[in-house]
Amino acid sequence: MKKFNKVFSAVLASAMAASLLAGCGGAAAGGSNTFKIGAIGPLTGAAAAYGNAVVNGAQIAVDEINEAGGINGVQIEYKSEDDELNAEKSVNAYNSLKDWGMQILVGSTTSACSIAVSENTKNDNMFQLTPSGSAEECVKYDNVFRVCFSDPNQGIASAQYISDHNLATKVGIIYDNSDVYSSGIYQKFVEEAAGKNFEIVSAEAYTQDNNTDFSVQLQKAKDAGADLVFLPIYYSDAALILTQANTMGYAPTFFGVDGMDGILTVENFDSSLAEGVMLLTPFAADATDDLTVNFVKKYNEKYGETPNQFAADAYDAVYIIKAAIEKSGVTPDKTTEEICEALKGAMTQIEATGLTSQKMTWDASGEPNKEPKAVVIKNGAYVSAE
Amino acid sequence: MKSKITKNNLITYGIVIAFYIIVEILMLTGVLSSHMKGLLVPMSYYAIIAVALNLCVGILGELSIGHCGFMCIGAFTSAFFSRTTENSIPTVPRFIMAFIIGIAFAALFGFLIGIPVLRLKGDYLAIVTLAFGEIIKNVINSFYIGIDGNGLHFSMKDSMSLGMEADGDLIVNGAMGITGTPHNANFTIGIVVLLISLFVVQNLVNSRDGRAIMAIRDNYIAAEATGINITAYKMMAFTISAAIAGAAGVLFSHNITTLTASSQYFGYNASIMILVYVVLGGIGNIRGSVIAACVLYLLPELLRGLNTYRMLIYSIVLIVMMIVNWSPKVIEWRKRTFGRFNLKRAKEVA
Amino acid sequence: MSFLTYLINGLSLGSIYAIIALGYTMVYGIAKMLNFAHGDFIMVGCYIIFSVSAALSGNSVVGIIVAIILCTVLGVTTEFVAYRPLRGATSPLAVLITAIGVSYLLENIALLIYGADIKSFTSVVTWEGVSFAGGELKIQGVTIITILVSVVILIALQLFINKTKQGQAMLAASEDKGAAALMGINVNRTIALTFAIGSALAAVAGALLCSAYPSLSPYTGAMPGIKAFVAAVLGGIGSIPGAMIGGLVLGIVEILSKTYISSQLSDAIVFGILVVVLLVKPTGILGKQIQEKV
Repeated sequence: MKKFNKVFSAVLASAMAASLLAGCGGAAAGGSNTFKIGAIGPLTGAAAAYGNAVVNGAQIAVDEINEAGGINGVQIEYKSEDDELNAEKSVNAYNSLKDWGMQILVGSTTSACSIAVSENTKNDNMFQLTPSGSAEECVKYDNVFRVCFSDPNQGIASAQYISDHNLATKVGIIYDNSDVYSSGIYQKFVEEAAGKNFEIVSAEAYTQDNNTDFSVQLQKAKDAGADLVFLPIYYSDAALILTQANTMGYAPTFFGVDGMDGILTVENFDSSLAEGVMLLTPFAADATDDLTVNFVKKYNEKYGETPNQFAADAYDAVYIIKAAIEKSGVTPDKTTEEICEALKGAMTQIEATGLTSQKMTWDASGEPNKEPKAVVIKNGAYVSAE
Repeated sequence: MKSKITKNNLITYGIVIAFYIIVEILMLTGVLSSHMKGLLVPMSYYAIIAVALNLCVGILGELSIGHCGFMCIGAFTSAFFSRTTENSIPTVPRFIMAFIIGIAFAALFGFLIGIPVLRLKGDYLAIVTLAFGEIIKNVINSFYIGIDGNGLHFSMKDSMSLGMEADGDLIVNGAMGITGTPHNANFTIGIVVLLISLFVVQNLVNSRDGRAIMAIRDNYIAAEATGINITAYKMMAFTISAAIAGAAGVLFSHNITTLTASSQYFGYNASIMILVYVVLGGIGNIRGSVIAACVLYLLPELLRGLNTYRMLIYSIVLIVMMIVNWSPKVIEWRKRTFGRFNLKRAKEVA
Repeated sequence: MSFLTYLINGLSLGSIYAIIALGYTMVYGIAKMLNFAHGDFIMVGCYIIFSVSAALSGNSVVGIIVAIILCTVLGVTTEFVAYRPLRGATSPLAVLITAIGVSYLLENIALLIYGADIKSFTSVVTWEGVSFAGGELKIQGVTIITILVSVVILIALQLFINKTKQGQAMLAASEDKGAAALMGINVNRTIALTFAIGSALAAVAGALLCSAYPSLSPYTGAMPGIKAFVAAVLGGIGSIPGAMIGGLVLGIVEILSKTYISSQLSDAIVFGILVVVLLVKPTGILGKQIQEKV
């Protein structure tokens, strides 16, 4: 038995050694004749829906660009890695992409992972553009930019929107206490709500370990007389909340943020339940502009799903990188550091058009300047709330 | 007999040191990929917590499926300390103090939790350790601690109720945890801590106390009858185990600079992953835990090329390895086929 | 009035935990193993109902029957392939780790087949429910059905175990496998039968879980599975009425602590209750006190 274990571990150890050697030589940067873009997100595990959307959205943009002749005539090579929603694995994924020769990173998908990876991109001076890392700290280094809104931005915008449009006098909140994104928006929303023309009557939390039953949170909002319930959460939990609110006969206005986008594409979801839901989102899959129609069609053909906001952010991210490369005129034979320096400069000069905004600009802080759009769900489709 | 144990212990240290030297040489010659370099520190802290859990499961004989809770305590207390004193204490003494604090708190909680837990038996004990692991995670997720001119502010509701001044620094921010912990851990420190943990555990096992602990594991009634203080020895082993897990936590928080008390790091699933290392490495076999932790941590990383299939393959490998290693029928078959080896081993033992 | 509403919500959640816990406790009682994959059997059951209902344009009754049959087959197969080889292994932990492997395997297969995105599950209960006190107090149909089903299952299991030959064989096998084998009981077949019943219950639990909380992903079963496991331990693992009581207590405590104490800390409170109960009664509420012989 023991002997067998020894033999067994010896075999595994030699496999390890072999793989160590196999990984050699990959670290050399520069000298490439293609742009190597990597993406990181949770492809397995409970948050896999978001990571897959990012990876697939970026893939479509890369395919389009390559078909159209590349960036300044240079093709893009693209590779994605899984991080299982784990910051430690996200760093591993980053290192593995670096060995592959990645020059520009689109990722990570989620905030905590993105922050952890940014420590490494900072040290390597690699250009990082996170499509959906929304926590404030994600872009604290000068080599990191983001496509999506920041959490504080969304919390403040939501409070202002509700107040400006006199949507409610009593507001209930249901948020995910175990999630960085959700509690980030929640905190800013509450801070901003002070002195506004509505009152927060209930603020109830839940955790990812406890996200099946929302009857208590809804009942409390109902008992407190909330006529609007603010849901700074992802659509997967929101779909369940809407269903449960319906069965208990509670029908306030539900107000969401960009994580709510995707709710209409949940398979088998009764979209009549989402009727009247308002959300601030930069992307709506059924918008009728050519760009969105084209993207949604391609995504549907390729992956058999309707893309959500994560996919749109990642798609935009690749095109933003393209714009920045074109602006700076950097070539792929430069080192990663040189590419990063060139793109950092170019980012503050470009003005990008994409799925998530008609016009996006950046300042050196890495935050995008774009307007959130408020949409309301009518007859199972988004329409502008203005 | 004595020299044999010493030899056996030295082999374990030898393997760790040899691994360290090989890796350092590979790093110096630039052969090691960045992916592998990044895996070294996680490998060392998972090896450390596997050693800690093996002390609890293999030597003490009590199944714990909440050990990552102690890791969580070590990680948070030390990260809190490092974060608050980052600008006032130089790196080396600060990191040493962070270790002391992380280990001390983990040990304290190990002791406090051990009092109720060790009264239970078998699966009931296991589920209570799981419960404590989840409680720790859940409670830390609701902590909000900030510092401003007026001192420390604490709340369990949200960051707004801290009532901080504008210049305040929010250190622990609920689900967002602690960000910006200094990145102090490296492979050398990881190996040193691993060697210290191995030293502590192996010496404990071969000491009078260790034999008492194993006597309790094998037959507590007989042990009690020979005058061994069961409670004291159980508490001792459990507390040491928690302390070592805390040390792993300190490395964890100073390697990943964003620390959140979420399930993927400190939940029962993470604790079970450590248990898998221990069981596959051999229950009670300290060296096995270290090797299994390294191999099993590497496996999914090496399977990255398989994309979405990698976790599927990992789970199949896990099931097959368990059956190959533990099934009585397979063991019998192996004995028949590899009888020669076993004969030799039998002689060795004799 | 709102207290009653909360209480009923708690009962509803609790009876789902109870049905899952019954499956856990049966398997534990006889096979003496924690089947960590039990929660994933629930998830498999839900996906089967989801797919069959979609294929038959909404006929959920056929879906449930197919799910029960397939889950039973899955349970028996898993037992035969992954668990039986490890019976009699030197450490009981071996089979526990294998169960975890099976759990990962099922989750990742579901991930590959159905993708990670959640699916909305159409309730198998179409009944609206009843209202009292002019609509102030509303009890949903699925709540009533869930409670009824759990009671029926409890009674049926009790009758099965106490009145039938196979049931008695299970009892005997749970007491002492060696002695049971000497009495002419086929222990392997008895354990397989237990897995069959446990897995069929998982399919039923899945149907009710996803009807009450209609969101389905590859990880749907994991957390309810763990909570139900806690419920089974709370009630005294191995005891069938214990699983029922444990499930109900857990569900009610969870909802009431969310309501009156803290929605952030409800998990900590639920697990805290478990700790307290086990300190007072170290083998759970209805668990047997085992006297150890020297």
